[in-house]
Amino acid sequence: MPFKETKEELLSLLKQMLEIRYFEEKVWELLARNIIKGASHVYMGEEAVAVGAISVIREDDYITSTHRGHGHCLAKGGKLKYMLAELCGKATGYCKGRGGSMHIADVTKGNLGATGIVASNIPVATGAGYAIKLRGTDQVCLCFFGDGATNNGVFHESLNMASLWKLPVIYIIENNLYGMSVSVERASAVQELYKKGCAYNIPGEAVDGMDVIAVREATRKAVEKARKGGGPTLLECRTYRYQGHSRSDPRGVYRTKEEENYWRKRDPIQSFWKRLIAEGVATEEELRKIEEEVEEETNEAEKFALESPYPPVEELDKDVYVVK
Amino acid sequence: MREITYREALREALIEEMKRDERVFILGEDVAIYGGAYKVTDGLYKMFGEDRVKDTPISEAAIAGLATGAALTGMRPIAEIMYIDFSTQATDQMVNQAAKMRYMFGGKSKVPMVLRTQGGAGRGIAAHHSQSLEAWYVHMPGLYVVMPATPYDAKGLLKSSIRDDNPIVFIEHKMLYGMKGEVPEEEYLIPLGKGEIKREGEDVTIIAYSRMLHVALEAAEALEKEGVSCEVIDPRTLKPLDMDLIADSVRKTNKAVVVSEGYRYCGMAAEIVTRIIEECFDDLDAPVKRITTPDVPIPMSPVLEEEAIPSAKKVIQAVQEIL
Ligand SMILES: Cc1ncc(C[n+]2csc(CCOP(=O)(O)OP(=O)(O)O)c2C)c(N)n1
Ligand SMILES: [Mg+2]
Repeated sequence: MPFKETKEELLSLLKQMLEIRYFEEKVWELLARNIIKGASHVYMGEEAVAVGAISVIREDDYITSTHRGHGHCLAKGGKLKYMLAELCGKATGYCKGRGGSMHIADVTKGNLGATGIVASNIPVATGAGYAIKLRGTDQVCLCFFGDGATNNGVFHESLNMASLWKLPVIYIIENNLYGMSVSVERASAVQELYKKGCAYNIPGEAVDGMDVIAVREATRKAVEKARKGGGPTLLECRTYRYQGHSRSDPRGVYRTKEEENYWRKRDPIQSFWKRLIAEGVATEEELRKIEEEVEEETNEAEKFALESPYPPVEELDKDVYVVK
Repeated sequence: MREITYREALREALIEEMKRDERVFILGEDVAIYGGAYKVTDGLYKMFGEDRVKDTPISEAAIAGLATGAALTGMRPIAEIMYIDFSTQATDQMVNQAAKMRYMFGGKSKVPMVLRTQGGAGRGIAAHHSQSLEAWYVHMPGLYVVMPATPYDAKGLLKSSIRDDNPIVFIEHKMLYGMKGEVPEEEYLIPLGKGEIKREGEDVTIIAYSRMLHVALEAAEALEKEGVSCEVIDPRTLKPLDMDLIADSVRKTNKAVVVSEGYRYCGMAAEIVTRIIEECFDDLDAPVKRITTPDVPIPMSPVLEEEAIPSAKKVIQAVQEIL
């Protein structure tokens, strides 16, 4: 099927996915070198979901993110250097170094936040939807969360309300087949997660989460409907996290090399890259140039993050409350 | 004596109690195949089977509630909540169900369960993975709260907690899992409600628990060199609290400093300070001091995190202020 998008749009999708991939590889490297402290949940393999879905919304629309939030942050307008600075706990990071990987978000861009508590942003997104309804605008909120989160109570409570009150929220399951070590098979009585919408009269759809265009199309339909007051949609994007849940995760104990290879062969970036060339959108050289730009941008981000200062300790108790 | 880690000590306690009593079972996220986020239940599902070491969905409320129901009907569940920060989702089941059932139903039922979890800062994992929320649970009539600081205490107290007939919140510290200490091969139990003098001294009593015990001991070591003799007490169980041990020590030293990693406002340190004032007012030669984490969410940035949590330096300073 030929593309509906302009060349510029298509190349921007590719670039964003590459930015996430390069960023995550850099993060993995800095974790190994103990420059980034703490835990980081990386998004390698899942790039098409955030990039595809967020590409169809406007700047004044909202998203909510998760503990695996680097991709969402970038796709909603984040810049690599401020993201990397945040992961390093530096004052120049998006959250002034207070949040780190698990709370990364540029909240000035409509990203309402990343959370360390699984599923906890599902009701928050629902609240953003309710606020939109009260204000009577045609904004929407994209709510990202994992397969594991669909087994948490607030997922069910939120979907019920959103359907009951026809809220403009698109619930996007990033089904990467596991919540840490526990497979969907072992955690969910319903295997086809989009069907969980049934219980609340929310239309659900399974989407190829390795195909940025498929994610875009499904999200576009859901967003159009929501903008017109048609209520929520549940999208299940089937994808895969290439790395362990976090760096300490051996992953071999709960999944096989064959399974990993199967998904890596369907890599969202490589397949899109090939398609862009096959459809005559761009030449290999043009794409390589984009990749080189991204590589350079990533290296600059590293330099920026490493050279940035830590926040001053006097700021420890700043911003706990709004103080007039 | 042999030395093993805090993690191994806990794991041994689980194995021994599961062998001893087949009503004991474990449930929680990633406890089986993965062996627990901090590897305390490593290999246990192979030993006891997947029904007694159960991987659950990410459903904290139902984990705690299921444990409550199983305990009520004759089992002795150990529910693992990966981080105490997520136990907030399990709180309703713990505080409104598990804690109150015995009392509400005329003392005729019991809920013998352990909610195992871990807390504390130190890994740079920010506001949702670093808190010390013990104050939430000590506040609740019907719950006991246990917080061991050493491998020896961890093992003995976990075994006693599993055998106890009350719902118990057993809080480990993420920075202690790798710590080694002497643990005998023979079986032993440590009774709930018994603290221990971890270092004897004359001039001032420092009360500290969980990881803060080690901070207090470090401070005491440094103060010794300056000629200040500190008595360091670890209550080990926050509820029931061994107030006799604390009061006896304060009556001897006439000065007290309490160290807690929890937030300051209405924290465990506030409780201990109050109890000291209530019971030892006439013996005190100086105001009682408390060192806590200030009332701020734990920041990720290593420099801010370090500033937030109590350090030996701050303990030393507090002691010097009341000498
Ligand atoms: C309420 C809560 N429970 C448990 C955890 C620990 N934890 C962090 S991520 C995770 C798995 C989440 O799985 P999923 O929702 O599928 O997202 P994924 O990591 O696969 O992107 C778990 C169990 C947590 N952070 N919050
Ligand atoms: Mg998942």
